[in-house]
Amino acid sequence: MAVTAQPKLDSQRIRADFAYLEELRDGKPVAFLDSAASTQKPRQVLDALRDFYEHSYANVHRGVYQLAERATAGYEGAREKVRAFVNAPSTREVIFTRSATEGINLVAYAWGLTNLGPGDVVVVTELEHHSNFVPWQYVAKRTGAAFRMVPIDDLGEVQLDALDEIARTGNVKVVANNLVSNSLGTINPVEKLAAWAHEQGAIMVVDAAQAAPHRAVDVQALGCDFLAISAHKMCGPSGIGAVWGRAELLDAMEPFNLGGHMIRSVKVEETTWGQLPYKFEAGTMPIAEAYAFGAAIDYLQAIGIDVVEQHEHELVAYALDRLGEIDGVSVYGPPADRRAGIVSFNVDGVHPHDVSQVLDWENVAIRGGHHCTQPLMKRLGVSATCRASFYVYSIADEVDRLVEGLLKAKQAFA
Amino acid sequence: MSFDQLYREVILDHYKNPRGHGALEHADAHAEGQNPLCGDEVSIYVAFGEDGETIDEVRFEGRGCAISQAATSMLTEMVRGRSATEIAALPKEELLEEIGIPLTPVRLKCAILGLGVLKVALHRAKGTPLPEEWSTLANELELDADD
Repeated sequence: MAVTAQPKLDSQRIRADFAYLEELRDGKPVAFLDSAASTQKPRQVLDALRDFYEHSYANVHRGVYQLAERATAGYEGAREKVRAFVNAPSTREVIFTRSATEGINLVAYAWGLTNLGPGDVVVVTELEHHSNFVPWQYVAKRTGAAFRMVPIDDLGEVQLDALDEIARTGNVKVVANNLVSNSLGTINPVEKLAAWAHEQGAIMVVDAAQAAPHRAVDVQALGCDFLAISAHKMCGPSGIGAVWGRAELLDAMEPFNLGGHMIRSVKVEETTWGQLPYKFEAGTMPIAEAYAFGAAIDYLQAIGIDVVEQHEHELVAYALDRLGEIDGVSVYGPPADRRAGIVSFNVDGVHPHDVSQVLDWENVAIRGGHHCTQPLMKRLGVSATCRASFYVYSIADEVDRLVEGLLKAKQAFA
Repeated sequence: MSFDQLYREVILDHYKNPRGHGALEHADAHAEGQNPLCGDEVSIYVAFGEDGETIDEVRFEGRGCAISQAATSMLTEMVRGRSATEIAALPKEELLEEIGIPLTPVRLKCAILGLGVLKVALHRAKGTPLPEEWSTLANELELDADD
């Protein structure tokens, strides 16, 4: 099989870091092509997690004994790594959350409930993951604000020329968009949306859960006001994510979760809130997971995030070429140069669940479903798609195995 | 499990040539449902005989995976001519036996989607409550309560 992709990244060396990729099923490794849902974890991250639990674990911040100080240093060190990773001005602006979803909910509740009302407009796009759609729809409904969706064109790209019409419907107060679509891989024009949002006097909220694994994310260059990420999509553990927000906005916001650690003083008459970022971190956080999130960032930066991006682009270009060779396969989304390592497609006459099932027997793991993007599925006129997604450990051979599996599925259902 | 085990000939045949496909204009019982996990959709229409009890005709419309659509097609053949009360209480095992393939928990929901929708339609037409097992599933599978 001719392989035109020449990734600069040393996939074979990287694959050795991921235990599952070395497991054999029916004598073959499984081609894991579902990294957009969640990535595999390298030994370095798992070692960091175990090492922290074994040697540095205590609750953070108030303990005066050395172990508690070590735990605090590890946890706060991870915050600094996240800050640097998204180029935020200050660690005060980096709040650990359970996930990107929780980060967006934090903004929707703590900013939205107090700042939105009748006459206001909350704007999302047709490409959003439910995590950046449903919280806004809900908060808009609760506050009496209108909820509008920017449509996409046939290539799955946001139609910016629809913005003026939306602006005429009321006071645009929130614009929410994912930097990379989890379903189509589209890289969205967040800088332009942020500039437009600010012209309207709105805040720009970016769901970077799918972008942060794939390309350099710079909150200052994007010009956004909030940005949420999840560790599990970028080689880190599940249960930990972060949301960055501008300090002046975070300072003015009400808290999200209430309880221990997020307070300044508690009296029966009144409770006052703590400083950033602790005001938004009530209760015991996933401390070791935050530490391992930092280790995942180290891991990706050792490879080089630009190298990761290049590798994914080469694989996705190869995948688009190969899928294009198969009759009866429809691919959704923009050309390779405008997308991350994600390909959504359908096989004529075969439901994505059946495609996924047949591929599983060929030891190829992809996802079939709506990918938490039902409005997008409606736009595409389908109930579901097949989605193959790539990451640092993905190789062109796995794309070939995907194509062979698809030919089998086609034949079986012909 | 292999391809031939899950997609045995009869399943593929029902998927490609569904029996009882289409809508009934004057249905005595009707319901629709979907599996939100995968987007499988099924709509079922039932016409009773003059006794108001015998299932004279049953049709379905839908889209989704081979298992969900083939199972619903097989279901229409299985229930035609039987009494509504009997089918309203039909254990799912009878359908699963007919389907005759091993199913993982995810695919099991595909297989019993049509039966769940049919039960909602029949119980609604009869004014009887859904058995507990099915009302749990009805919530999970969005077996539509009104049309």
